[in-house]
Amino acid sequence: MFESLPVPYGLVRFGVAPDHPDVKKSAETLEDVGKWPGFDFAGNIQIGDGPGQLPLTSIAPHYDAMLFAYGASRDKQLGIPGENLKGVISARAFVGWYNGLPEYAHLNPDLQAGDTAVIIGQGNVALDVARFLLSPINRLKNTDVSEHALETVSKSRIRDVKVIGRRGPLQAPYTIKELRELLNLPAVGFAPPPESWDELIQAERKKLPRQLRRIAEVLERGSKTPMDQADKAWQLGYLRSPAEFLSSNGENLKAVGFEQTEYISDIASTISGDPQQDLNNVRAMKVKGTGKKTMLRANLAFISVGYQSEPLPGFDKLGIPFDENFGIIPNDMYGRVMAPGRGPAGALTAGHIPGMYCSGWVKRGPTGVIASTMDDAFSTGDIIVKDWESGVKFSEGEEAGRKKEGFEAVRREMQRRGIRSVSWPDWMKIDTEERRRGKEKGKEREKFRTIEEMMQLVDS
Amino acid sequence: MHHPSRGADDTRPSSKPRKAISDNIFERSSLGGGVSRRVRRAGTATSTLRNQEKSRIADILRKCSQADVEDRLHVTFIDKDGDKHTFEVANGDNLLDIAQANDIEMEGACGGSCACSTCHVIVESDEMYDKIPEASDDENDMLDLAFGLTETSRLGCQVHMAPELDGLVVKLPSMTRNMQASDFEKR
Repeated sequence: MFESLPVPYGLVRFGVAPDHPDVKKSAETLEDVGKWPGFDFAGNIQIGDGPGQLPLTSIAPHYDAMLFAYGASRDKQLGIPGENLKGVISARAFVGWYNGLPEYAHLNPDLQAGDTAVIIGQGNVALDVARFLLSPINRLKNTDVSEHALETVSKSRIRDVKVIGRRGPLQAPYTIKELRELLNLPAVGFAPPPESWDELIQAERKKLPRQLRRIAEVLERGSKTPMDQADKAWQLGYLRSPAEFLSSNGENLKAVGFEQTEYISDIASTISGDPQQDLNNVRAMKVKGTGKKTMLRANLAFISVGYQSEPLPGFDKLGIPFDENFGIIPNDMYGRVMAPGRGPAGALTAGHIPGMYCSGWVKRGPTGVIASTMDDAFSTGDIIVKDWESGVKFSEGEEAGRKKEGFEAVRREMQRRGIRSVSWPDWMKIDTEERRRGKEKGKEREKFRTIEEMMQLVDS
Repeated sequence: MHHPSRGADDTRPSSKPRKAISDNIFERSSLGGGVSRRVRRAGTATSTLRNQEKSRIADILRKCSQADVEDRLHVTFIDKDGDKHTFEVANGDNLLDIAQANDIEMEGACGGSCACSTCHVIVESDEMYDKIPEASDDENDMLDLAFGLTETSRLGCQVHMAPELDGLVVKLPSMTRNMQASDFEKR
């Protein structure tokens, strides 16, 4: 397992909210895997051709198969004016910051600039950010949230959070469990959108498929905390597409401009009575701009509109294509990497590149909760085993018929390049120290803030 | 898709009599909740069995030998190929534990903590469905994410066998691997 950070786990460690520790339980399986004799972990590896980097061509020839499961490392861009104003922050960077991702250790978000924050996007990441800003501090204190983030948010002036989406309540990508959680936060009020729920939902509740009916119920019930008893509050806004980030001095965010949107057709007319069809059709309802402009005053705006994968350097050398449009490695949905011209019927048909597989977000696109991504991983794992057992062709390696050396050969390559990779026992050293530091503060762990600190410990 | 056959290092005996669940039960929480059954199948299970589990199993075996045969309940799983598998189980056993102890292909990605929908089952009879205590908000929220949800769907980890559920028949949904073509549609 080659990983760019010195530590494993990716989003389970850096993406899952600190107040959702049960979701991180899936990490425990890897602890067992880490101890298997046939498993090698190599952390702190940057893939590429530059100095100190490890090219894919230094790994591929030494294994029968390679699996790409490196997810999505970039944000989708809005591409609207003002994105670079102070106060406009990527939700992904913010989550990384409070979760101790070294890349964002110095993000330094200003949570004292004003009392209102706007979150653009309505997925679970957007709700995570809202929950982080609205949670009473004692809810976060004993989690593995980064100490610097805890300190910053305890001095936050934000009292009002608006979570705005381009489409309607039944099209938004949030899931009901997270909505319910926000609505049940103690001392936090909820203001419904300015349009009525009937205008936004446009269908008789009992005709909606179960999943959408339950979301409508939860939203319409609102928060247990009445607004006059709330310390902080949030509001959902729909049918608003971000148009511009506004400033009066060209430096600091002052307001967010939106263009209002409307459904392209009547939602009620898409309901046929077949639950699965209705679920798909209502969720897929498109919107178009109306030209009407609205504005929300805020000094802080978070952009949470999804992620993007990128190809790894060296894909071209291995003949691995990348679909820039969908942001995935082309595959057959089971996980076999497909390339044009390799098919059985000649140059116009696609076929499997022997030994190449992919899984997770880089295979299906960057959406889905851990359980579905885990399921997908099992799918790909099953396919690799099935291919091996049925004699499907795998990677040829440096020389057809010659036994491949695996990690021993890669170790030599890394040595040649002066790469200091982190082993599983090295990671266990980091893990033990993080838990020890956490214990001192009554937390599950206190993560190292920077890669330098991690490597210092490993080398000591 | 047809599940691939297991490899040569599978440690299951080839023809195992269907024993009562009580002989194989373990407390998922004592394993830390998140350990997927798949790791156990690779042969590490017996070597990592911890003391808590050992004493719990000893407890159950003791109770088992004291119980009357009439107390045994029956549950039937209809697998993805339509084949029926019936087991004798004890009061209180949940369907996920029963399935996994008897090698029925049911995933329990979150370790039975109601945080995913991979143990989704469909109760065959409306009457039986009504006898099962109603699902909590938590369970319903997870069911909403399951593929092929029906009026009588439940999460296996939340359904516990009881005398009134003797003879329960549940079906595994035909596709728990959620490979939707819509993943690849033009946006």
